Amino acid sequence: MKVDIEQLNKSFGTVVAVHDLNLDIRAGEFVAFLGPSGCGKTTTLLMIAGIYKPTGGVIRFGERVVNTVQPRDRNIGMVFQSYALYPHMSVFENIAYPLKLKGVSKDEQRVRVQRSADVMGIGDLLHRRPGQLSGGQQQRVALGRALVKEPDVLLFDEPLSNLDARLRLTMRGEIKALQKRLGITSIYVTHDQVEALTMADRIAVMNEGLLEAYDTPDDLYDHPKTLFIASFVGNPPMNILPIQAALEGDAVILQNDALRLPVRSERALKAAQQHGDLLMGVRPEDVTLSADGALCGEVFVVEPLGREDMIDVRIGQHRLAALVTTEKRIRAGNRVRLDINADKLQFFDPASKRSILWT
Amino acid sequence: MHCAPTATGTFLGMGMAAVTTTQSKRTSSGRPNLTAYLFLMPAVVLVVLFFLIPTILVLYISMTNLTSANFTADIAQMEFIGFANFTTLFNDQFAQKILFNTLFYVLVTMAIFNVGASLFVSLLTTHINRRASFVFRALWLLPRITAGTVYIMMWRRMIADPPFGILNQALGAVGGTPITGSEYVWTFVVIVNGMIGMSFGMVIFTAAIESISKDIMNAALVDGSTMLQRIRYIILPLLRWPLLFVISYQTLSLLTSYEQILLLTNGGPGLYQTEVWALTAYHRALSNYFGNAQWGYGSAFAVVLVVIGVLLAALYMRVFRFRDLVAEPKIETL
Repeated sequence: MKVDIEQLNKSFGTVVAVHDLNLDIRAGEFVAFLGPSGCGKTTTLLMIAGIYKPTGGVIRFGERVVNTVQPRDRNIGMVFQSYALYPHMSVFENIAYPLKLKGVSKDEQRVRVQRSADVMGIGDLLHRRPGQLSGGQQQRVALGRALVKEPDVLLFDEPLSNLDARLRLTMRGEIKALQKRLGITSIYVTHDQVEALTMADRIAVMNEGLLEAYDTPDDLYDHPKTLFIASFVGNPPMNILPIQAALEGDAVILQNDALRLPVRSERALKAAQQHGDLLMGVRPEDVTLSADGALCGEVFVVEPLGREDMIDVRIGQHRLAALVTTEKRIRAGNRVRLDINADKLQFFDPASKRSILWT
Repeated sequence: MHCAPTATGTFLGMGMAAVTTTQSKRTSSGRPNLTAYLFLMPAVVLVVLFFLIPTILVLYISMTNLTSANFTADIAQMEFIGFANFTTLFNDQFAQKILFNTLFYVLVTMAIFNVGASLFVSLLTTHINRRASFVFRALWLLPRITAGTVYIMMWRRMIADPPFGILNQALGAVGGTPITGSEYVWTFVVIVNGMIGMSFGMVIFTAAIESISKDIMNAALVDGSTMLQRIRYIILPLLRWPLLFVISYQTLSLLTSYEQILLLTNGGPGLYQTEVWALTAYHRALSNYFGNAQWGYGSAFAVVLVVIGVLLAALYMRVFRFRDLVAEPKIETL
């Protein structure tokens, strides 16, 4: 089932939660809504679920306009951050609840609940109450309940946020594999970009009620169209430095009050055609220690991340984060020379906050 | 203060939680602690002064033949007659009628108003616009916060016999047959009391419904419930404890309430038509005709009520598993 969203708007009083949202979600696609809290992603999800009615615009399931269709008539399954299991019902009753409301016979309920529970690996917990289950088990029950009625669209509202880090990793893989296997169109709301990047076919990045970008994870990461996407997607976040670019022979000089960096790259050439101030973006993994590096600064903070250290280098008043191997044994206070991978640089117009490289 | 979870327990155990780390089952540690008892003192003083001593006094007076004829304030001078008052009470030809009146009054008022209507209003106001629901609930609180005498006087004007009475004026205007208060006396007794008692359940139920997580409410809709199915399968089962609590608390409070009936009908019209047990105790002891107050006999009525109340309270505490509900003192978890 494909889902189309056209010019969707939602206001609560004078507060605009979602503004002119346009999205097309293909049948069987896994789309993530990514953004900071309050960006309108959950509001959008609840409109797709039919809990909220849109103030304006159209939501289509297939060819059918569902704006005013009740949630029960949309054939959707939903998984919540808090699991939202019914505490007074057993696991069996929880999963069977959607079937019971549909008037499915007791025998068929038993068969389908068992099948759904087995898929989720909770087939032996059916007689328990939600209170007797761990967080991970509860989330599996919630998934089982969402899947049991074979929904056309699956909605996830930050389903992994309450789980511990390790379990989150496992469930991430499981949900993705399950979704691919069942081929159910899925919409996944999260503020965790790692979840979005690893699970989704496409990511809709939202900010303050507006759609910032709607692209594949790779495109978002490599070709950020706005400054917001560049700084929001990627962990640790991209370094953003104010800079001016000037052509000098066949090299481009990138400089500001504290640094002067001659580079040769197509991206820099494109940036040099722009006059005046620019914002340069460079990811920490594209900053490397180099004995003859053009940048020199003092290490301010070292954050060991296990495989790598993240170092925070002060260059004049500017800060530059870099990922370096732990073998270098960098300590706070060290002076280091750094080089930048010029082929991975990003450039943004400071006024419009849009990329100079990608449109 | 230590941070480890401590044993919850009896009231005493709660007080002791600050000084013991035993996880043992709800037993306070053997060593009595002066500080703990000191903290309990205000409550103990109140209970002793305003419940224990009066109850013992009433119990004693119910075994004397104290009336206004042989009045004395000296307990030693009162004539002890054992259980004679109770024998009289159980053979009293009106006691049975009054008992049934009381049962009828308590059960009907509770079913229709204190539980039924309050649940209905709570469900209704939690399903509509928040501001409108606030106004409705505020309106329903009015009978509770209006002074009893004023409230009853308003009702008496309202239902006065024809040609007076706002109700009859209105009925007359639309061509209806006028009604007399005495005809529908029980109806009005129940309505008048119910509208006061309703707000209690309404506040409890509304809070309980509002505290059901939004996710659960939304999940129920997504799973395919209509609003009514959600009420039946999700909300009502989750209100089990508030329901039991309101039922038990309101039986006790209705059993002992008589002020509104006293002011509205004074137990009449006719012979004990709306007389309830608590009102009888009052009538016998404090307001008998010809100024002949039978304190001893009236106390016997009160004692029966106390016994019923204590038995019911004990039963409810078992049903509630009261000890399980005694929460960890919040200060420990800060």
